[in-house]
Amino acid sequence: MKFVLLWSDALFFLLLAACLGGIWWARRNPQLAAAWRDVGRSRVGVAGAAVLLCFVAIAFLDSLHYRERLPQAPGVAEAQAQFGIEVLSALDALLAKQKTQTEKTYSAPLATHLFAKESRSDGQGRDFPRLKFGGRHLGDAGDRDADVFKRVAGGAVGGLAAGLLLALVARRYLRPRADWFAWNALLWTLTLILIGSGILAALMPYYHVLGTDKVGQDVLYLTLKSVRTALLIGTLTTLSMLPAALLLGIVAGYRGGWIDDAIQYLYTVLNSIPGVLLIAASILMMQVVIDTHPEWFSTAAERADARLLSLCVIMGVTSWTGLCRLLRAETLKLRELEYVQAAQAFGVSGFSIMARHILPNVMHIVMISVVMDFSGLVLAEAVLSYVGIGVDPTTISFGTMINMARMELAREPMVWWSLVAAFCFMFVLVLAANLFADVVRDAFDPRGRAS
Amino acid sequence: MLTYLIRRFLYAIPILVGVNLITFGLFFVVNTPDDMARMQLGAKRVTPEAIAKWKAERGYDKPLLWNAEAQGLAKATDTIFVDKSLSMFVFDFGTSEDGRDIMTEIRTRMGPSLAIAVPVFILGLWAAVTFALLLVFFRGTYLDFAGVVLCVAMMSISSLFYIIGGQWLVSKVWHLVPISGLGAGLDAARFLILPVIISVVGGLGGAARWYRTIFLEECNRDYVRTARAKGLSELAVLFRHVLKNAMIPILTGVVVLIPSLFLGSLLIESFFGIPGLGSYTIDAIGAQDFAVVRAMVFIGSVLYIVGLWLTDISYTLVDPRIRLS
Repeated sequence: MKFVLLWSDALFFLLLAACLGGIWWARRNPQLAAAWRDVGRSRVGVAGAAVLLCFVAIAFLDSLHYRERLPQAPGVAEAQAQFGIEVLSALDALLAKQKTQTEKTYSAPLATHLFAKESRSDGQGRDFPRLKFGGRHLGDAGDRDADVFKRVAGGAVGGLAAGLLLALVARRYLRPRADWFAWNALLWTLTLILIGSGILAALMPYYHVLGTDKVGQDVLYLTLKSVRTALLIGTLTTLSMLPAALLLGIVAGYRGGWIDDAIQYLYTVLNSIPGVLLIAASILMMQVVIDTHPEWFSTAAERADARLLSLCVIMGVTSWTGLCRLLRAETLKLRELEYVQAAQAFGVSGFSIMARHILPNVMHIVMISVVMDFSGLVLAEAVLSYVGIGVDPTTISFGTMINMARMELAREPMVWWSLVAAFCFMFVLVLAANLFADVVRDAFDPRGRAS
Repeated sequence: MLTYLIRRFLYAIPILVGVNLITFGLFFVVNTPDDMARMQLGAKRVTPEAIAKWKAERGYDKPLLWNAEAQGLAKATDTIFVDKSLSMFVFDFGTSEDGRDIMTEIRTRMGPSLAIAVPVFILGLWAAVTFALLLVFFRGTYLDFAGVVLCVAMMSISSLFYIIGGQWLVSKVWHLVPISGLGAGLDAARFLILPVIISVVGGLGGAARWYRTIFLEECNRDYVRTARAKGLSELAVLFRHVLKNAMIPILTGVVVLIPSLFLGSLLIESFFGIPGLGSYTIDAIGAQDFAVVRAMVFIGSVLYIVGLWLTDISYTLVDPRIRLS
């Protein structure tokens, strides 16, 4: 086994580390701690954060990449181990059954038979063949409903038990230490998630819980894999534009004069190009660059990763202008405040003033815009992938799933499960992000707190 | 006022030059015409002769910025930059991959795009303002809370879901309207009604929530208190005072979008097979037709700048306190 660190993994881990660092910093800063306490007090905010954390956990598992070691060829020295060309992740290893046990084509959720008729092996007309994986353990396919019911009940009870255990522990040991926190909301959300995952865990080893798609891949597996792409696009896009937006916004606001004019000119130009078209143009160009330099990438995963990152950067370039403008306006305001003028009077250099006195005081705007932009970016990814300028077609994402499934509604009988699965997961993710973002904005926006 | 507008108008020119330079950089410097030729021809047919022929047919065989072989002034003018980039300022976009003139194509496709975009704009504004006013009327009650939750939920649904779901339900299951295409004359309404409704519903959540905050901000103002104090009914306060004043930020916020209505909606048009500019753009992106994408980028920026200009004008019209200088 050889670990592979894709660029997006590295950035994702960096982001997680930054979040942890931010938490540590917020604990020492009373103002920030108070604002976060407001978030923690809000039931909606806590529930949203809990759901988001579950998605982050899935994405984290999916970011631990490795390449499997191929069986040792006879006569080859131990040192020259061969590694598979496919880059796998810890999530793939967890869902090994879902990943490898593919069917021939469509099958409905929890089905035991294929969705399309096939000629029988004994030549007696046409019939729905049994699935290779789904419901294989059943002798008679008619037992399916009872079997599914038994497993659902078992999984739900297990999940509920785990949730109750968690609640007991939390109430006994955690609640007294921080009784302002919305523990009930957290525990309710976690219990619901645990029940859901308990049911899934009980069914997954025996069925394709959400059916299979056109080439027989498990839809649940695809949806879970999509989570990482969505999270990466939602976070890395904002991250990639942050340095530019911070630097230019603060410098423009603080320096004024021709620098301000130049930066304003730059962002008006970028803003005036319709976002989708700029992304389309850049992605088409990026595609040409990637195609003409195949030697840069040793595996298909790396190539797809490069395209994902370039998509993030390009979306960042088209969207940094809004944040830049906000930062410029805030800096203009801060520049006139007494403490900045005092620093100027003491002869502190412009750079230090911007870095030590202005930057920390605009961070709440950055924070708010990071969480507010997230949901929009997740939704945008799906649309861009539909237009054909999103992620690499081999990258599993909500957009590519929807794109592949959109013609299936026209089939007779209808194939609805891939679309519904992708939309539902996306809805839950975006809804949680929206609710969380609202609470964060209310807590950090001084204007909102006053009213 | 007039001098201000003229100055704003002149201010647009450097921005357009900037847009032009960016597109030139993206389409001709980052990727040379050779790369484009290879992409268009496909991997199998790439020979130096084929590339040279492809470039010659489209006028890409000239130097980028400086033609050393030409005589006199032509050294600077007989180049790709002048031919393909500067010519956009007079709306000469050349021809697309299938040999049609891009400007004629844009003119014919503008109609269908507007036929969707204008009703969506008006109806969407009306629906969102109505919904937001309703929420503000019931502010602080459970109805308001439920409405906000509904807005957030509607915002969280992908626009693709509205389109795919709506098309499936209304056209395929209920057979109320044709699935896609566009008829001539009055018949077109049958084709347009569903896309219009879907767009309005899809945009309702975000817009209504935004307008609600604007209305609520207005409700906390002193003049509203005065209006209540003199005994006006809540409805009169809302319609006569709050609505009027809140329309200033709302209108100035949406005016910038009006010129962009010409561009149409990418998704709606391509799903419903409406031959407008949105589906034209999508097709061009799919076919990697760089000339069309370049033209649409330029037109899009022109329209956006016109929108900014209109915003400035509308500020002075709706709010006499603002003096332009």
